[in-house]
Amino acid sequence: MAKRATREAYGKALLELGREHEDIIVLDADLSGSTKTAVFGGEFPERFFNVGIAEGNLMGIAAGVATTGKVAFASTFAIFASARACEQIRNSICYPNLNVKIAATHAGITVGADGGSHQAIEDIAIMSAMPNMTVVVPGDGVSTEALIKQAYEYDGPVYIRLGRAKVEDVYKESEFFSIGQANKVKDGTDATIIVSGYSLNDAILAAKTLELEGLKVRVLDMSTIKPLDIGSVLKAAEETGAIVTVEEHNVIGGLGSMVASFLAEHLPTPIQMVGIRDVFGQSGEAEELIKEYNLTSKDIVEAVKEVIERK
Amino acid sequence: MITYSRQRKQLGGLGMKCEYQEIAKHALNIRKNILKMLCEAKSGHPGGSLSATDIMAVLYFGHMNIDPKNYTDPNRDRFVLSKGHAAPVLYATLAEKGFFPEEELMTLRKLGSRLQGHPDMKKLPYVEMSTGSLGQGLSAAAGMAVSGIVDKKDYYTYVMLGDGEIQEGQIWEAAMFSAHYKLSNLIAILDYNSLQIDGDIRDIMNPNPIPEKWEAFGWHVQNIDGHDLKQVCDAITKAKEEKNKPSIIIAKTIKGKGVSFMENKVGWHGSAPCEEQTEKAIAELEERYNG
Ligand SMILES: Cc1ncc(C[n+]2csc(CCOP(=O)(O)OP(=O)(O)O)c2C)c(N)n1
Ligand SMILES: [Mg+2]
Repeated sequence: MAKRATREAYGKALLELGREHEDIIVLDADLSGSTKTAVFGGEFPERFFNVGIAEGNLMGIAAGVATTGKVAFASTFAIFASARACEQIRNSICYPNLNVKIAATHAGITVGADGGSHQAIEDIAIMSAMPNMTVVVPGDGVSTEALIKQAYEYDGPVYIRLGRAKVEDVYKESEFFSIGQANKVKDGTDATIIVSGYSLNDAILAAKTLELEGLKVRVLDMSTIKPLDIGSVLKAAEETGAIVTVEEHNVIGGLGSMVASFLAEHLPTPIQMVGIRDVFGQSGEAEELIKEYNLTSKDIVEAVKEVIERK
Repeated sequence: MITYSRQRKQLGGLGMKCEYQEIAKHALNIRKNILKMLCEAKSGHPGGSLSATDIMAVLYFGHMNIDPKNYTDPNRDRFVLSKGHAAPVLYATLAEKGFFPEEELMTLRKLGSRLQGHPDMKKLPYVEMSTGSLGQGLSAAAGMAVSGIVDKKDYYTYVMLGDGEIQEGQIWEAAMFSAHYKLSNLIAILDYNSLQIDGDIRDIMNPNPIPEKWEAFGWHVQNIDGHDLKQVCDAITKAKEEKNKPSIIIAKTIKGKGVSFMENKVGWHGSAPCEEQTEKAIAELEERYNG
């Protein structure tokens, strides 16, 4: 299967969207080579605007563009989108519920050697806490392409969290994706792994490893974190009775928190979270960091075993 | 409204002299180490490290009142690398000054290293401020300058800005603040290399005319060649003498300075040289230095 970063899939989808729809305006803040908006900018220079190193302004301009009925795609690194431009997103995009798509790349610790200053581990928490915001975290290239196109169709603010590191394509082109809907990648009855983003492949690998040990584990790709697919979560809790959440994000305020708070209200279920334990990242290779912060498929396997014991 | 205007009893470090031959030798070593550490790390930012090298060498070997053995001295001069991606030049300069052994430079960007991809003051205590997110360092430097005035201390705070970096609005908020409170103990140096990541600053988001903007914001402004050691040294001396305004030295530089295949090439902003390129680059640096 092909290996590519979700940001590359974003660049491709954006170009295809641009060819089909004239109403797209793309904005970047001096990172267009890295975020891949330069692909669009190359073909449609008249619809591409580089604001320079000015992320607050980036979001404000995008908001203004959206008021005229166009669809604005604004890109920069996740740390600068979610944190530097946080209040602009809150008051100029979410509060007036404007049609801006924030495609934020280089999320999580897999940014690698740039270090903790550049590794957004809190962006999902920040973005999810804003009313009107939809939060999408795809785990491979195929689903990224599909979800970017859906984000265009959807009317309202969307935050799409994308990665720097290459990940294996999990899906085939023909598969169906919908914002707000989890994809059941593997069925099972003993426990459910709910995963989003970079860790999708590791979650699948963990489920396969557990299968060899006789455990049937369901894998749900929760590529939309908000609104959470509560139907799938409830079913997983009812049918498998134990949940492991996996994310390249702080366990505070991310996928794990979303799932846990929903189930706490509706069907308390044993949950084990695999994620970053409220610490900042650091420099290192992506894979080294995944080990350092206990996000490997082995860690997922252990978490599943632990949570099954608590059933 | 309170404004702080102070008369320095004594101008810390003003008596220092720039020994240009010595400084040039340090600059050579710093450049060589920048290349070696980036090659070893296989990622990082050579262009903006090399453009800032001569300024860093003058600061640390000609002007700054700092002692590696007493690096927590409350009276020490401060330096903030606001354009934090140029971390290699800061690390190489600190090693050259004797803050830590040169060998540690080779741990740059590796797991567990004190030398993070962007300067981290909690990991490496000789770093005065954690930076990496552009546009924030000038505010922090202004904060350090405020304390110097409140405590009636004679230290200076230096801060290095990128010319792309000044596109950030926060820079101008800090610029307004610093002039408003007459932070004459604050000295900014702008690494005016004309390039950012996506291209020439004039094509991406033109910040020109730069000197006029700072003047309009109430700063003492000097325009110099950032690779002419004497000009850099003299400009810092003049900035130290200014008693009513914050100072900025707009230093015209060449991104990738010293390595011909890197000079003025936007592609060398954020990619590391391989072994062969590093050897070639070091040979050229030595040739230029000796020739
Ligand atoms: C807030 C923020 N936005 C974006 C970046 C990504 N980035 C790193 S370096 C750089 C370009 C900097 O250009 P300049 O300030 O001119 O530095 P120099 O040319 O001296 O390397 C950008 C956009 C960042 N580090 N921080
Ligand atoms: Mg520059």
